[in-house]
Amino acid sequence: MTMAEWALLVLLGALSLASALGLLLSRNAVYAALFLVLNFSVGAVIYLLFNAPFLAVTQVAVYAGAIMVLFVFVIMLLGAERLAPAENPPGLAYQRPLAIILAVALLAVAAWALLSGAQIEPSPSVAPRPDSSPQAMGMWLFGPYLLPLQVVALLLLAAMVGALVLSRKS
Amino acid sequence: MELFVASPILFPLLGILLNVLIGKKLGERGVGWLASTVVVASFAVSLALFAQVAGDSEHAAVHVKVLPWISAGPLQVSWGLLVDPLSSVMMLIVTGIGALIHIYSIGYMHGDPHFQRFFVYLNLFIASMLTLVMADNFLVLFVGWELVGLCSYLLIGFWFTELKNAAAGRKAFVVNRIGDVGFVLGILAIFVTFGSLDFAEVFKAVKAQGGALAAAAGVITLLLFIGATGKSAQIPLFVWLPDAMAGPTPVSALIHAATMVTAGIYMMTRAHALFELAPFTQQIVALVGALTALVAGTSALRQLDIKRVLAYSTVSQLGFMVAAAGLGAYVASMFHLLTHAFFKALLFLAAGSVIHGMGHDRHTDPQDMRNMGGLARRMPVTFAAFVIGGLALAGVPPLSGFFSKDEILLAAFTHQPLTFLLLGATAIVTALYVGRQLILVFLGEPRTASAAHAHESPAVMTAPLIALAVGAVLGGALNLPGGGWLHHWLEPLIAEQAKPLNLPLAAFFTALSVLALAVAGWMYRRPERAAREVARGVGLFLARAWRIDDAYAQVVVKPFYFISTVCAQVVDVGLVDGAVNGVGDVFRRLAQLVRGLQTGLVRNYGLVMLLGAVLVTAYFVVVR
Amino acid sequence: MDATSFVTFLSAALFVIGALGVLLRRSALLIFMSVELMLNAANLAFVTFAHRWGQLDGQVTVFFIMTIAAAEVAVGLALIVTIFRTKRSTSVDELAQLRG
Repeated sequence: MTMAEWALLVLLGALSLASALGLLLSRNAVYAALFLVLNFSVGAVIYLLFNAPFLAVTQVAVYAGAIMVLFVFVIMLLGAERLAPAENPPGLAYQRPLAIILAVALLAVAAWALLSGAQIEPSPSVAPRPDSSPQAMGMWLFGPYLLPLQVVALLLLAAMVGALVLSRKS
Repeated sequence: MELFVASPILFPLLGILLNVLIGKKLGERGVGWLASTVVVASFAVSLALFAQVAGDSEHAAVHVKVLPWISAGPLQVSWGLLVDPLSSVMMLIVTGIGALIHIYSIGYMHGDPHFQRFFVYLNLFIASMLTLVMADNFLVLFVGWELVGLCSYLLIGFWFTELKNAAAGRKAFVVNRIGDVGFVLGILAIFVTFGSLDFAEVFKAVKAQGGALAAAAGVITLLLFIGATGKSAQIPLFVWLPDAMAGPTPVSALIHAATMVTAGIYMMTRAHALFELAPFTQQIVALVGALTALVAGTSALRQLDIKRVLAYSTVSQLGFMVAAAGLGAYVASMFHLLTHAFFKALLFLAAGSVIHGMGHDRHTDPQDMRNMGGLARRMPVTFAAFVIGGLALAGVPPLSGFFSKDEILLAAFTHQPLTFLLLGATAIVTALYVGRQLILVFLGEPRTASAAHAHESPAVMTAPLIALAVGAVLGGALNLPGGGWLHHWLEPLIAEQAKPLNLPLAAFFTALSVLALAVAGWMYRRPERAAREVARGVGLFLARAWRIDDAYAQVVVKPFYFISTVCAQVVDVGLVDGAVNGVGDVFRRLAQLVRGLQTGLVRNYGLVMLLGAVLVTAYFVVVR
Repeated sequence: MDATSFVTFLSAALFVIGALGVLLRRSALLIFMSVELMLNAANLAFVTFAHRWGQLDGQVTVFFIMTIAAAEVAVGLALIVTIFRTKRSTSVDELAQLRG
């Protein structure tokens, strides 16, 4: 991995974290959605770096594109972009400190796993670079993963019908 | 052959099937005649079987095993049918009188909304009763025994929309079950003692072992007799029979006079070999029978309901039969059973005819004798039938009752003075209540409009009356004194010394009976007396059947209610409900403790999920 | 520290931020977006490991996750719209009818 790539990776990481924090902290739902779009796009670039061009395209098209458009559309539809701060109900009095403690703990556990796990499983010096073009992915999806693909297709259909039924007026 | 022997039972069952399936289409006439036809067919087959047994020089029994039933180690029971001299006579009585009463019922039940149900029950009864008498072992006999009990219950409560009738049916059922407990225990004791329930094997063993079985036989016979007291309405279990008059009158005639109630006597006669080994039981049987005869007979003296008089009279006459069995005079017992079946069925059907003729005014009880009087001119056939039945019952020669009763009295006279005294007194009382009833119902002037407007019943009802009247008159010829036909007929089963007519005794009782009839006539020349004398004192005591029902209410029912109340209000409410509610309460309190956790706030749940995720991840990363 | 570890840690950090979003935000829409972020964090880890071991199975899995996420979003947003119609609000704190 070259220095340039490292520099790019660190930059992307910083951008990713920043946009995630933006999502977490923003007071406006539309901004939050845009931060998330940014985060997804950064993810797509990282996918490119990691030999996943097909996923990068899918990420942009499906996530940053379709899904987030849907989000923004619902925000607009409901007129729910302004997120007024409100009092926590009594049951949630300690929600914030507890959540932060747990989050830090989870992060610590992850760091511990990475620092200790690196020694357990040394990375192979030369990892193979398999063909990951959309064509190759297609061969995979319609080869060994044909059954899951069909199941997921069915799931999508069910979700579509479900969404239609749910959003129908009464 | 099996099918032919079983067909008397199968015919009524076929009748039930057809009447249940297509009864609605057949209509009232069709249902009634179909049900009657199948019983006539049963009668014809019974007659053929009777002829077959009679044709055999040895009177050998026709014995078939229709189907295997229970086969469990030593317990081998099959649906076996036995037609021997004893059961063939019973079959003829059941199907013959049964057929007549079926035909009579077509007229009597005319217009009843449940006509079809009535005849289904009646057919079922015939099939059950034939199962009882044709059984070749104690268990099948018990099946029939229980089935006739069921039919009796169903038919007593036939008009169940009136609470009184339903209660009477229930009473009959419960009281019979008490006797049945004894009967079942007796059957078990037979199996334990003999290892078999087949009549043939049991009685063979009895003959072989004889006196060695005295102790076991004592226990068995006492238990069997308890069963007989229930079914044949003896002290202490006779209380159900008078109440059973709540059923339609043909039922009273068929089931509660002529056939079912004689099942106990039939059973004791069937098992007479066992009873003869147990002299102590015999004594008890004789005394209970005689006592029942007197108690019920005197109770009949003060009844006002035309059917209840006959009901108590039936109990009394059953007492005669039981006493005869206890005296070892089984032939006399069977003979009286036979004649009684004729004249008591006749009396009941005549009473039914009276009720039928009276029942036009809603406000007058058509069964209360105080409302009658003067019916002789208005219902001549019924009157003649009633007179014949009554005189036969009172034991006036040469009617059938005279011969059979005389035979029993003679047996008592030679064996047991106490039994003889009781039965003799009953014989006189019998003539008294017969006279009383005849006068109150038929003679004098009509006392109500219903009686004045009474009319003779249709031919379909009077024809059976005439047929039964012939039987009641000529029945005595079946067993003339000194070893008549029945005596010889039953000889292969019951070897008994035939006794010649004891002329002084017979004359004495005949004279007393006639005198008693006359006394009754004189006493009730003013019929108002009947109403007056039951108001208090001895009359009331007798009208209430020696207050035995009241005693049961005090001794059995009241404590039972008390225990029930305690169970319901203390045990159930306190203990059972307490336990159940307590368990529920514990869980409710526990739930109260933890319900706070369910805040309904999804973010709370998320927090706990994250805690779980942290812990699981930490476990895999740090511990493993 | 190599690139795999770096991105894996990044993925963990994104996951934690997403979890915090779920726990701390009140709007159902924001919570939903945070869930998407968490899914995406997992996707990132999958792609990283696929690259690390030179195998495509991880990438295929990511593809399925995306598909399922799309389905989930469709139904989830429909639910939010339906709830909003009756409650006139997207706050999950007001949906506490299942309180014990």
